[in-house]
Amino acid sequence: MPRRESPLQSEMVQGTLDMLILQTLILGPAHGHTIAHAIEHGSEDVLQIEHGSLYPALHRLEDRGWIASFWGTSENNRKAKYYRLTPAGRKQLIAQTTRWDQVVRAIGRILKPAAE
Amino acid sequence: MGITRFFRRANWDRERREEIESYVQMETDDNIARGMPSAAANLAARRKLGNRTLIREEIYGMNTIAFLDTLGRDVRYGLRALRHNLTFTIVALLTLAIGIGANTAVFSVLNSVLLKPLAYPKAEELVALRQLAPGAAGLASFSDGLLLSPSMYYTYAEHNRTFQALGVWTANTVSVTGLAEPEQVRAVLISEGVLETLGVPPAAGRWLSHADQIPVAREQFGFVGRSATVMLSYGYWQRRFGGDRSVIGRSITVDSRTKQIVGVMPRGFRLVNADFDLIEALVFDRNRVILAGFGFNGIGRLKPGVAIAKANADLARLLPVWMDSWTNGPGTNGQVYKIWRITPALRPLKQEVVGNVGDILWVVMGTIGLVMLIACANVTNLLLVRAEVRQQELALRAALGAGRGRLVRSLLVESVILGLMGGVLGVGLAYWGLRFLVAIGPANLPRLNEISIDPRTLAFTVGLSVLSGLFFGLIPALKYAGPRISLVLRSAGRTASLSRERHRVRNLLVVAQVAMALVLLVSAGLMIRTFQALRTVQPGFTNAAQLQTMRISIPPSLVAEGPRITRIQNDIVDKVASIPGVTSVGFASQLPMEGYGSNWDEIFAQDKTYTPGEIPPLRFYKYVSPGYFHTTGARLIAGRELTWTELYGIRPVAMISENLAREMWGSPSAAVGKRIREFMQAPWSEVIGVIEDVRENGVQEKAPEIVYWPTMMPNMFGPGPLAAMGTVTFAIRSNRAGTEGFLNQVRQAVWSVNSSLPLATVRTMQEVYDQSLARTSFTLVMLGIAGAMALLLGIVGIYGVIAYAVSQRRREIGIRVALGAQQGEVQRMFVGYGLGLAAVGVVLGMAAAVGLTQLMKSLLFGISPVDPLTYAAVPVVLGTAAALASYLPARRAAAVDPVEALKAE
Repeated sequence: MPRRESPLQSEMVQGTLDMLILQTLILGPAHGHTIAHAIEHGSEDVLQIEHGSLYPALHRLEDRGWIASFWGTSENNRKAKYYRLTPAGRKQLIAQTTRWDQVVRAIGRILKPAAE
Repeated sequence: MGITRFFRRANWDRERREEIESYVQMETDDNIARGMPSAAANLAARRKLGNRTLIREEIYGMNTIAFLDTLGRDVRYGLRALRHNLTFTIVALLTLAIGIGANTAVFSVLNSVLLKPLAYPKAEELVALRQLAPGAAGLASFSDGLLLSPSMYYTYAEHNRTFQALGVWTANTVSVTGLAEPEQVRAVLISEGVLETLGVPPAAGRWLSHADQIPVAREQFGFVGRSATVMLSYGYWQRRFGGDRSVIGRSITVDSRTKQIVGVMPRGFRLVNADFDLIEALVFDRNRVILAGFGFNGIGRLKPGVAIAKANADLARLLPVWMDSWTNGPGTNGQVYKIWRITPALRPLKQEVVGNVGDILWVVMGTIGLVMLIACANVTNLLLVRAEVRQQELALRAALGAGRGRLVRSLLVESVILGLMGGVLGVGLAYWGLRFLVAIGPANLPRLNEISIDPRTLAFTVGLSVLSGLFFGLIPALKYAGPRISLVLRSAGRTASLSRERHRVRNLLVVAQVAMALVLLVSAGLMIRTFQALRTVQPGFTNAAQLQTMRISIPPSLVAEGPRITRIQNDIVDKVASIPGVTSVGFASQLPMEGYGSNWDEIFAQDKTYTPGEIPPLRFYKYVSPGYFHTTGARLIAGRELTWTELYGIRPVAMISENLAREMWGSPSAAVGKRIREFMQAPWSEVIGVIEDVRENGVQEKAPEIVYWPTMMPNMFGPGPLAAMGTVTFAIRSNRAGTEGFLNQVRQAVWSVNSSLPLATVRTMQEVYDQSLARTSFTLVMLGIAGAMALLLGIVGIYGVIAYAVSQRRREIGIRVALGAQQGEVQRMFVGYGLGLAAVGVVLGMAAAVGLTQLMKSLLFGISPVDPLTYAAVPVVLGTAAALASYLPARRAAAVDPVEALKAE
């Protein structure tokens, strides 16, 4: 696996990783390993993250009450900590996505004339 | 961040570690599934994860309260630093322990006496029924103001609108016989309402009740009778009956009269200021009480929410009612009391209990507080020196990334630890100091038995420790954790030459110390001068150590007739006088400064004319035996003393004090032969002698005008034609006074006359005299200790600063000496430096002392708060001490070898 700088840590806006995690969990509970891979695959490997950085983020989200955790067993029978979205987390995700869309559209409008 | 999370963070950390571990395993599984060898698969998984420790630390950091975390580290670091520099720590700790200990001890006394509420339920409602009567001439001599008469008590108790309960009481001594040896005990006589006012339930049995008030036997002063029941104090119950509960209902013989015990009051119960053994009911015959008889202390419990002013107004409203409702007998008019201008002046009971001790305690607390400030200044100086030595360390820590705030805090934590450790030692010291304080405290220090180190005192100590820690730590911390740190590293190892700025703080501290020490020494000096002034006062008796006193009571129930009482007393005088070493014996109703309530009344003179209804000035009067003045040593100014023939013959004679003679007739000799009387109906008595003034109420108090009557007199109230004072104090002049052998002989002599007579309060006049000076000597000792401590700490402070300056300026001195400076010059330079600081301190201190000593005005006697001698002597003492303290290190400076000093760099 190629070793690269994690774009999430160096370039991405704080909070973006949170949004991605919340988005991943909308499909159902998952543990850290699944979440990391889901984000990588979902972005077609554009977003390479250092998987370790996920855990402080998970802790922070849980601390804010947006996700909840429980211990379970993984697909290949390993003990794993699962996270699920809480109602508050769902609300937060909607709010963040809306805001994100607005920002992206705004930036898009500014960039469009230059592209043409 | 929650505090529980903070303490549970180890748990959290473990969970994270497991979670991350499970990630690594899953990733490894995936990698193996992709065909990697297991070792490589694990390695790849770890690489994918990143720095595990960092992740854990990041999460750990989210869960921590950084302040608490680093505080713990600072405490550990501080302890290590203190242990490292043991000499410094010990010196600083001792200084602090003494300072904090002294403060804690004095505060615990202050707290127990002044701050804690009295030991009665809802004590804030309790008041003492004090009354002023500015129009009553002569009353100014009586510190208690105008006491209540029985008729006043009835009027107040029956018609007031602002009290839940009120009552009157008086203290007395009675003899109890039939238990063991005959014994004189302290009794309080209480009217109905007193126990109800105080509201303390009995420990056993019941209170004295209304039924106990019914007069069962009439005594010579018709309006006061005695009841058939009695209550015991807890102490007397334990002492005489071993705390036996079956004592309720039993009888004891009080003043030869059988009385039934109905109850016991609980431990620690006092009636205002009175410690007592027995409580008896005060029985007035309501049909016979008159307007006069102002001899009873009143206390009351206000209705909830009633202010003192309102209660005063309520009682003032009742005074005309009182004048109209009662009489002093046929031909008298109650309205005459209008000219006395009687004004109720209730005061909180606590104030009554505490009395004038408050002044002393606040002054002592203030001086001890100053000592604490001086001690703190010394510790600050020590810390400054140490911080200088530690500059390297601090600079290194700063270089390694410690912020200024962190460094300041770390230094403060260290000094607060020092303060707290000093506090712990201080509490230990205070425990011992307290015993000392209580031992030397005035014997009449109120609430003595309540003094203890309680939670409030401990809180005070902790507060004081922390505050002083912050106080003496802040200056060095701010100074040395400052931004100049980088400079220090560069100049490492080289002693910089004297910088003015570096010494400014230290000099300021020394100046402040000297100034405070001066204030304390001036206060101590003023107390010494006060004490001296008191010692020179002629108290009205001589050679007190050779004057034995004892109180003997012949109860009327044992012997009632005046002549027989006088005969017994005369026999005692003769028997005691025949004991070897006794030169003279006499007796009186009370000796000077004895503290038994004095009698007083209006005194009329035959050669003066009085307008109808005019009340002449009130005068003290006492009853004395023949030879009494000769025995005590009170000088006869004019005329002669009473003789036994005159006493037995009921001759109408009297003696008066010199000041009374001068006031009434201009000179002592003019008074002899004049005639006076107490009542309109009484026969005129001839003044046969004028006696020097006696300080009846203590050395500090002005000598009152006194009339001395013979101890036997025509009886105007009770049965029989003659009455005599049954309870008197004997005075025995002997060089063996106070020795055990002598006292045994005296006891045998008394019992050979009558074996059922108890001897009470056996002591020498010296003890009585010392006790009257106790307030002053206590203050003197306390201020003396504070002054001595301040002087010592001040000397140490000056010494420290000069010694430090010398060590810092070795190079400069070396150059000076090398350039030809003489040893003397170098010495003078440093002594001059020390004296200069002291001089500034003295000037500032003088200014402060002039202001502050005004506060202790009430404690002074015979001198002004700006006593010139004190103000001249103290700076000399301080200057000498300062010169000495600077001379020692200066001598070392002069001995500096220039070669050595310059080579050392």
